[in-house]
Amino acid sequence: MKSGSRLERVLRSGRFAVTAELNPPDSADPQAVYDHAVVLSSVCDAINCTDASGANVHMSNVGVAALLARAGYDPVVQFACRDRNRISLQGDVLGAAALGVKNVMCLTGDGVQAGDQPEAKPVFDLDSITLIRTVKTMRDKGRFLSGRPIESPPKVFIGGAENPFAPPYDFRPLRVQKKVQAGVDFIQTQYCYDMPRLREFMKQVCDMGLDKKVFILIGVGPLRSPGAAEWMRTNVPGIVIPDAIIERLNGVEKKKQRTEGKKVCIEIIQEVKEIAGVSGVHVMAYKQEELVAEIVEQAGLLPRYWSREPETASNGHVASRN
Amino acid sequence: MRRLQNRPHLLEVAYDATEKALQPFKKVLKPGGKMEKVFVKGEKLTKGMIFDCRMCGDCVLHSTGMTCPQTCPKTLRNGPCGGVRPNGHCEVKPEMMCVWVQAWGRSQKMPEYGKQILTIMTPVSKNLAGTSAWINDLNSDKVKKVPTGWSEE
Repeated sequence: MKSGSRLERVLRSGRFAVTAELNPPDSADPQAVYDHAVVLSSVCDAINCTDASGANVHMSNVGVAALLARAGYDPVVQFACRDRNRISLQGDVLGAAALGVKNVMCLTGDGVQAGDQPEAKPVFDLDSITLIRTVKTMRDKGRFLSGRPIESPPKVFIGGAENPFAPPYDFRPLRVQKKVQAGVDFIQTQYCYDMPRLREFMKQVCDMGLDKKVFILIGVGPLRSPGAAEWMRTNVPGIVIPDAIIERLNGVEKKKQRTEGKKVCIEIIQEVKEIAGVSGVHVMAYKQEELVAEIVEQAGLLPRYWSREPETASNGHVASRN
Repeated sequence: MRRLQNRPHLLEVAYDATEKALQPFKKVLKPGGKMEKVFVKGEKLTKGMIFDCRMCGDCVLHSTGMTCPQTCPKTLRNGPCGGVRPNGHCEVKPEMMCVWVQAWGRSQKMPEYGKQILTIMTPVSKNLAGTSAWINDLNSDKVKKVPTGWSEE
């Protein structure tokens, strides 16, 4: 165990993991975070706290993750290289760990042009791979990049991202390999709507033996309507949605499109589950968090083993699993 | 001149030749010395014309498919981001081909250094910006490119 996070325990025990993404609020009220989290908590093992995803400002990643940790959830705090230099990133990793966060995910980050403040200065001091290695250095060597020792190193489970659906396709598995060399423990992928491409990617990953070295969770999510799908693939960097999926949504009457989108998502999860080398799914239901519970349930992924962190009773015994 | 980039094997040979040619002059080529000014001008001109060089002072061209990673809007040094468009163009600048799509393609035509694209590049030292990458390379014992805490020990 590198971190002892719930996500790490679930993955290491060989169970199929479910993580979900929380859309951080535009609010300084902690209740807003809990309202979002409560619908996810009983159906997933860990909750991702995004870092100004799509380059739009929301409550900070560390803020959201700290609130979740305080309430007994298992947050995965995402760090993008877009807004912070190496000094800030290393400090934030320590801060997040001190606040009880045990999973850290290292990302490149969308460009500032994707968000509502394209005038901002992009940083990109490190890239996702050097950030992974930096966090690993902090955890395993107990020192900063400067070489200065860390008194109490951050015990975190290190994550990274991959997008099997973006060119150059044959470089993507090699990029996972690079992340493994850098010290990544788990990978969460971009939304998957293109099964043949995913199968090809996973086959290459398994041929390289990477599935033995890193836990891979495939990104999935429901599409609200053909219009929303069209908007996502046009405006959100890296999202690939085949025309066939949009046609399928167009093929049902307007009132049933949302249900159809959910159905597509459940089917994808069921297919993904059968692919060799896949350790779990990462559900991203943008502005449809209330659907996550239904999706996880109908995809046959319940019960989750820990709906809450097993409380350590005062006598030191861990509460039994339900 | 830019078209030279599509002959990465040629550039590989040129890189090796330059490296060999400079070795005997190691003693006079010092960072901050008189020769550095000459080298900076020369590098700006030649690498600028061929690679659109940004003078980061820590050149890794032969490890990145003879394609300058500093020309990526996110200055990524270890591969493409997840935002590459389906047509292979850049997420940030849609009119531009992704630097890493090009780098990967070119690395496949480099028998000698092509595999280098799979090794992890260290983060750039911003304090080397504007200096001569060749002179920094020749004085690797004096010029600090890699953070102290980066090493594997």
